[in-house]
Amino acid sequence: MTTVLVFFFILGGMALLGSVGTVASRNVVHAALSLVLALLAVAGLFILLLAEFLAIVQVLIYGGAITIILLFALMLTRTREGPVRLDNAQRRFALIGAGAAFAVLTVVIMVSDWPAPIDNPVRPGFSRISEVLFQQWAIPFEAASLVLLVALIGAIVISRPEKGERD
Amino acid sequence: MPEQYSLEYTAVLIITIAGIGMVLAAFFASMILAPRSKSEAKQIPYECGIPPTGQFWAQLHLRYYIFAILFLIFDIEAIFLFPWAIIFRSSGAVIFYEMVLFIAILFFGLVYSWKKGALRWR
Repeated sequence: MTTVLVFFFILGGMALLGSVGTVASRNVVHAALSLVLALLAVAGLFILLLAEFLAIVQVLIYGGAITIILLFALMLTRTREGPVRLDNAQRRFALIGAGAAFAVLTVVIMVSDWPAPIDNPVRPGFSRISEVLFQQWAIPFEAASLVLLVALIGAIVISRPEKGERD
Repeated sequence: MPEQYSLEYTAVLIITIAGIGMVLAAFFASMILAPRSKSEAKQIPYECGIPPTGQFWAQLHLRYYIFAILFLIFDIEAIFLFPWAIIFRSSGAVIFYEMVLFIAILFFGLVYSWKKGALRWR
């Protein structure tokens, strides 16, 4: 067993543990924190695949900002006290949907012709990503800033106090 | 380890293990060193020494939502700065002004939220 394989199983186990914790926790805050573990473990898997930029994005955006948004969403909404039932009569349909998604993903992963073998990954290179992003995809990159601007203005409009509402 | 994995990851690994080890050591030290006593008063949350009031789950006002969104947006901006910082010296002025425009558009959003008073802490 190679060193990489050992790290793969450690990180994969962490991702699995975090994912199960996310769906199995009775406390939604614990579920959100378990999600952080899963996301960070996936960042480690990205590093094993030599996708370093993706790993940075995973840690900063998903491990940081998305988690903050999730926790804010929990704090901003009114929840009842005590343990909340997180499943209901629709669980059978959820099981069918999740199982179907799992099957489709497994088949697609097995039959796809991947550009690089997993046991011998190719480093895409940070500067190569930069060149493609800022030369070939410059216009979509600038458009992304406009999308972010719209999100910001939308958040201001939503969170502004209504007329007559006391501050 | 295959040679594609640069040696720096060894340092990352050492720091990760050291970080986890320090947290575990702190928990272990407090477990064996700290005196313990059991009383009902120790189970209530600490609120600056006065007895806590209200429910344990406080709903925040929606206006704090803007701070979460601001953090998310400028986090994404920071992510784009990484690939840009590597090549902007070697690849000419166009790429430099691309990022200037990107930041200027987001800076407009910051100025807008400032003007609207969304950043005022009330």
